[in-house]
Order: sequence, then structure tokens, then C-alpha cells
Amino acid sequence: MASTIRVRATSSGDTTEVQALIQHPMDSGFVKDAKGEIIPPHFIQQLTFEHDGKSVFVANWGTAVSKDPYVKFSFKGGNKGDDLKISWVDNKGASDTTTAKIL
Amino acid sequence: MRSAIHFASAALALAALASVAAPPALAADTPNPAADARAFQKYFIDKFPKLKLADFVNGPYSLNEDMHKQWEEKEQFPPYEFSLDMGKEMFSKPFKNGKSYADCFPNKGIGIRQDYPYFDDKEGKVVTLELALNRCRVANGEAPFSYVKDEMAALTAYMAFTSRGKPFDIKIPNDPRALEAYENGKRYFYTRRGQLNFSCASCHVQNPGERIRAEILAPALGILNAMPIYRSEWGGMGTISRRFTTCNVQTRGVPLDPQSDEYRDLEYYLSYVSNGLPISGPGARP
Repeated sequence: MASTIRVRATSSGDTTEVQALIQHPMDSGFVKDAKGEIIPPHFIQQLTFEHDGKSVFVANWGTAVSKDPYVKFSFKGGNKGDDLKISWVDNKGASDTTTAKIL
Repeated sequence: MRSAIHFASAALALAALASVAAPPALAADTPNPAADARAFQKYFIDKFPKLKLADFVNGPYSLNEDMHKQWEEKEQFPPYEFSLDMGKEMFSKPFKNGKSYADCFPNKGIGIRQDYPYFDDKEGKVVTLELALNRCRVANGEAPFSYVKDEMAALTAYMAFTSRGKPFDIKIPNDPRALEAYENGKRYFYTRRGQLNFSCASCHVQNPGERIRAEILAPALGILNAMPIYRSEWGGMGTISRRFTTCNVQTRGVPLDPQSDEYRDLEYYLSYVSNGLPISGPGARP
């Protein structure tokens, strides 16, 4: 299975713009399935972007974020060729990590 | 003859003219798909003179400037990417018997989306890509997929992706059954149904570019070129089958079964009149 995280990070001198798409059901716990039973909550709790050993973006997420979330932000610093590490942990303890090169 | 017309009623005059002016015995209602397609495309070009023909495959994004900007940004990171990757993986993975999808299709299934649907002269019916994919599975001892989303959308997404830019090339062979299927699809497209009494054409020919509540209606020309689509409204991917059934439900009609004869004929008609426009699927729509 391919990674659940897609990233594109581009440096424009001073700042780096990051876009990421994460595959996750983000079930809120308020939705019923076809049989009328509640789909238990299943959502990403923390999402972290690290550059050069430092967290540049940390998100504490809850049930209000929709399925397959998309994130876009930019931070100061970051050069072409640097590594950007992205990881998430969900409420069931599952996690995923990937590393992308800044373009 | 001329003096007769002078004194006849208008209706009589028209009838007389029709019989005189049509020596090759071509009545006005003789099916002529090529002329239909020309008239169909001309209608949309006249309605949206700023657009190029190929722009129509991007649906409402070509009709509204704000949406176009949003879409350009979205396309840098398209929401159908996960599905596309899944389709690519599925397509290359062999069945239990060792064969794969590539064995069921010409050119190993790559770059052929523009040739579907086609008229199968043995079966005497229209065969769509979705139908051909499930037949391929069943012939190789695998269970068929649901026609509307998930795996089917992933497979068609990959097949459309390998065909991007190739113009739709739907053929109507010289077979009365093929012409009948085309006419049947055309009839379905223009027939009003459902409690709201809408035909497909009410929205997608008469009112493309207009709003229906918060949505901007897509033009019928090129509407299938972008299939399958990720619809934000659906929160996922949908196939042509899903589009047809959902449209029927939205007019408060009862949808047909996916890949029923009527839907196959409809897809045949709608694809044929978009001949020459490039495949742009998989697409993303609001």
C-alpha cells in the first residue's frame, strides 16, 4: 500500500510553501452505516511537519475535519533539497510517516 | 406546383414543399448522427463564443472565472489522485488465474478510453467501458464490482488517465441496430421524466452555466470526457453510471439499474455527439 500522505513542498527563497493531502476516513462518530449502527469515531489527532529537526507546523485535529484532509501552509526557511518529515497519529493509535524533498 | 401553393393553406404548402424538396427521400426525421453531432457542437459554440471546443471537457470550470481559478489550484493537487493510484495498482495486479485486465482489451487497455462505448455487432448492443471491465472480471472468475464508485471508479480513472488528450472517437457502424441504439439514447436524453419533469437536456443543453441552487450546470458537450469524477458533494469518486442514476434521482425520478440498455444507449449518444473532444478524465467537480 502506497503512503497515505501526499506532499508537495516548494521553496521560493525565503519561504517554503507546503501542500499535503492525507488519506484518512476521519469518521466523526456521529454517522450511522447502512445497518443503522454508529460508525465509531476514527480521526487524526495530531499532524506534524518537521524541517531540520524542528516542528514547523503542528495541528491538533478533531472530528470536525473532513475525510481525506488537505493542508496548505508556508513557513520561513527551507532550502531546495532539504527533507520535510510529515507524520500523523490517529485516535486508534495508527500512524503514518513520510519524508519529502523540498523542490 | 407554384400556383397551387399560392392558394393552399400554410400547412399544405409545407407538406407539398417537403415532398418536392427532398428527392433522395430523406425525410426530416431520418436519423443522421453526423449532422446531429455538428448541430450539437455548434449550439454550444454559439452559446459560449469565448470557449474553445476542448474547453468544454472541463465543464463548469470553463464557464465561471472564479471557479476556474479554484480549479487550477485544485488540479495541482487533485483529489482523485488516491483513486488513480489505486486503479493503477489494480490494473497491473493479475487475477487468480494469472491473467489481467490488459488481456481483455486492445492495446493492453492503455490509451483506449476514447473508443468506448462501442457497438458490439455480435451482441447487437452498446458496450461501455464499465461493462467491459466487469465482463473481463467475470470471464476470469472474479466477482464483478459495483458500477457506481470505488474500484470501478479507480479502474476507469486509470484507463481515462492513460488516454488523456485523445479525442473521443465513437463509431456508429452501418448496422440498423447501432442506429437504433443511438436514436434510443437520444430519445432518452431529450425525454422529460421524474416529478420535476426534467429531461437531461433541460439542465445540460438549455441551461449550462446557469446556477441550480449553489451549483453551476455543466454543458452536455464534453460532459463524459472528464469521467470518472471526484465530486466534493459525494466526498468521493463516481462513474458515468453514478452520474446517470444520480441525475435521475435529482429530478425525482426512479433511476434505472446501472448499465441497463437505456443507460448504455444514452452513453453511446452522449459520447458520439462529443466526438473530437479530448478525454480529460479523471476529473474533479464541486
